[in-house]
Amino acid sequence: MKPVRRPFSAVAPAAPRRPGAPALTAPPLDYTYDGTFEGLLTVLFTVYDWRAAPNSIQPEATAQSSLFTQPAHRETDEAQAARMWDGLLKTMDSEARARLYHVFLSEDADRELLIFRYVDLALRSPVDISENYANADVRRVQRLAQMMFREKHRMEAFVRFEKTSDELFHATIEPDMDVLPLIAAHFTKRYADQRWLIYDRRRHYGLYYDLTRTDIVQFENQKGRNAADISATVLDEREPLFRHLWQTYFDHVNIPERKNLKLHRRHMPLRYWKYLSEKQPREQRFVPINNKRPPGEANLRLK
Amino acid sequence: MNERIQEKLSILADAAKYDASCSSSGGKRKNESKGLGNAEGMGICHSYTEDGRCVSLLKILLTNHCIFDCAYCVSRRSNDVKRAAFTVDEVVDLTINFYRRNYIEGLFLSSGIFSSPDYTMERLVRIVKKLRTEHKFNGYIHVKTIPGASEELIQEAGLYADRLSVNIELPSELALTTLAPEKNYQEILTPMAQIRDGIIQNKEEKALFKKVPGFATAGQSTQLIVGASAETDLQIIKLTDSLYQGYGLKRVYYSGYIPVTDDARLPQVTQPPVIREHRLYQTDWLMRFYGFQADEILDPAHPHLDLEIDPKLAWALRNRHVFPVDVNVADYEMILRIPGVGARSAKRIVAARRFARLNMETLRQLGVVLKRAKYFLTCQGEHQPIIGELSEQQVRRQILFGAGSVRSALVTQQLDLFAQAS
Repeated sequence: MKPVRRPFSAVAPAAPRRPGAPALTAPPLDYTYDGTFEGLLTVLFTVYDWRAAPNSIQPEATAQSSLFTQPAHRETDEAQAARMWDGLLKTMDSEARARLYHVFLSEDADRELLIFRYVDLALRSPVDISENYANADVRRVQRLAQMMFREKHRMEAFVRFEKTSDELFHATIEPDMDVLPLIAAHFTKRYADQRWLIYDRRRHYGLYYDLTRTDIVQFENQKGRNAADISATVLDEREPLFRHLWQTYFDHVNIPERKNLKLHRRHMPLRYWKYLSEKQPREQRFVPINNKRPPGEANLRLK
Repeated sequence: MNERIQEKLSILADAAKYDASCSSSGGKRKNESKGLGNAEGMGICHSYTEDGRCVSLLKILLTNHCIFDCAYCVSRRSNDVKRAAFTVDEVVDLTINFYRRNYIEGLFLSSGIFSSPDYTMERLVRIVKKLRTEHKFNGYIHVKTIPGASEELIQEAGLYADRLSVNIELPSELALTTLAPEKNYQEILTPMAQIRDGIIQNKEEKALFKKVPGFATAGQSTQLIVGASAETDLQIIKLTDSLYQGYGLKRVYYSGYIPVTDDARLPQVTQPPVIREHRLYQTDWLMRFYGFQADEILDPAHPHLDLEIDPKLAWALRNRHVFPVDVNVADYEMILRIPGVGARSAKRIVAARRFARLNMETLRQLGVVLKRAKYFLTCQGEHQPIIGELSEQQVRRQILFGAGSVRSALVTQQLDLFAQAS
């Protein structure tokens, strides 16, 4: 007897593996960690090691202390973090696992517990949960990961480098979320033959590429460092020219008859304008090219 | 010198802006030799002008001098505009320096025709060759082929460019002979076929040999001007369909006609037809991503797209007998056809229903636009739409004006203009 071919929608998702997870029977705890992703993974490892579900997971620096409970602080343990991270692949593919890292970088207020709930659901489910959009936590993880992707993509678009006299291409950004770790690969691939620095002014750190490798860099006097420091350094002599040409180009590709500021702002929200050179005040007034002139005598002469 | 280059840029960007093509995606150029730039996978829109269009490429003409006199074109010979021409080095310098500052994804190079098509095309090729070979530039390059240019030059351009395109501009031969007497359809379709064959041949060679240089790996595209001549939407989408099927085009762009010259052969319009253009793009998407055939969307009895409602909703209203669709059991293809359900939510519906029965609340959370969809779907008895009991006009009116309807301000504005005009 031949098996009946079932319609696409009814095919059950592949159901391999499943180590499962121990029941969390110990009294729940309030965990604190050092605020790094490895620290959070250490906490997750501990949850299953101690079988004590989290009431809360908070970075130590900003933890809200409670009158009745002592927070259980976990120092980052590289080995435990690595075991947790590798172990996740038994219940999800690497894309789904990467999403959890992106959720962490999103700086969402509930990110730690959301990641815990997602991991716990994945560990206990007999099937891959990454497409279970009927579940609110799965949807939330998808949503935050999507927001991260958008912000990352926006930064790949909206970074504007300025060339300094010592051949460094420098840009300042203030993204909504912590996207620098996610854009490093893109800029390293693209600008392989120029030194560049992208500085996140809100989070006080930057990415620096020195023609061989890209590193995360911090500056000694973090508070003092801002865009003014860079503009104080000497720009390349042709830098003002290209900034001006870019503004000229930007003004002239616009079609005034199609003006649609609502759409303009939807694609390029106001909060990003601060570092966009095309959105800075012009040195000269914009003079439109007068295209629409009726053919007059001057033209007849041309023929 | 600086002021001169600025003036050239303003003239030659201004003259290039009516080309709607902006895409910088689909390239396969990696940065393997520590050169400058890459063009892989998805494109990036680096900025947006005040008209809401994206700025992805440095889109310029090499020159706006032109020996042709096409009525719709701002650079037509008889138009009294300022003329300018870049040198090869100026274009190369601008491209490299804009790219290094992350202003752009690459270059979109087109030109008016000066002295002869081959003379012009040869200059374009020289620019892209210089960028690729001398500057190790791997950013995206889109080259517009010049009508009438020789086969060899187009072939050479394809080796350096990621995308080649030939603009059809006027959607019928009749309009072309009236408005662009120096052009003819054959001159447009021949290079289009040549590029198609070049791409196919390149793919076959790549399957056989390891090291074959790419040929226009991001494919070819074209543009149709909408509203400068009298074609119906049916004629336009039939043409589009034949271009996708017959010439393997990656994209057809539609450019709502903007009056740039005064000419008795052209319609007198005050506003570019942006809503019509938008509906054509929606139709284009339905044909490419939603499995619709051209003649399902329009037919001789309905030769024009409905400006008030999107083409999928219009199709659904004419085909009420296939609804309601049960999202818990229907095929993906059918779910895609429900108004208010996009490709993303359709995929999510099919994935999520393996885990749980979907209800209206889940659908809303998945991103389905229930305002439109609720008339056309059911969730196994939970929600019973009354599509069968309502007439086409009733559903239409409820969606357009009923509770919770937010009509696009632009639609309202343009339709008001229509009302005033008639």
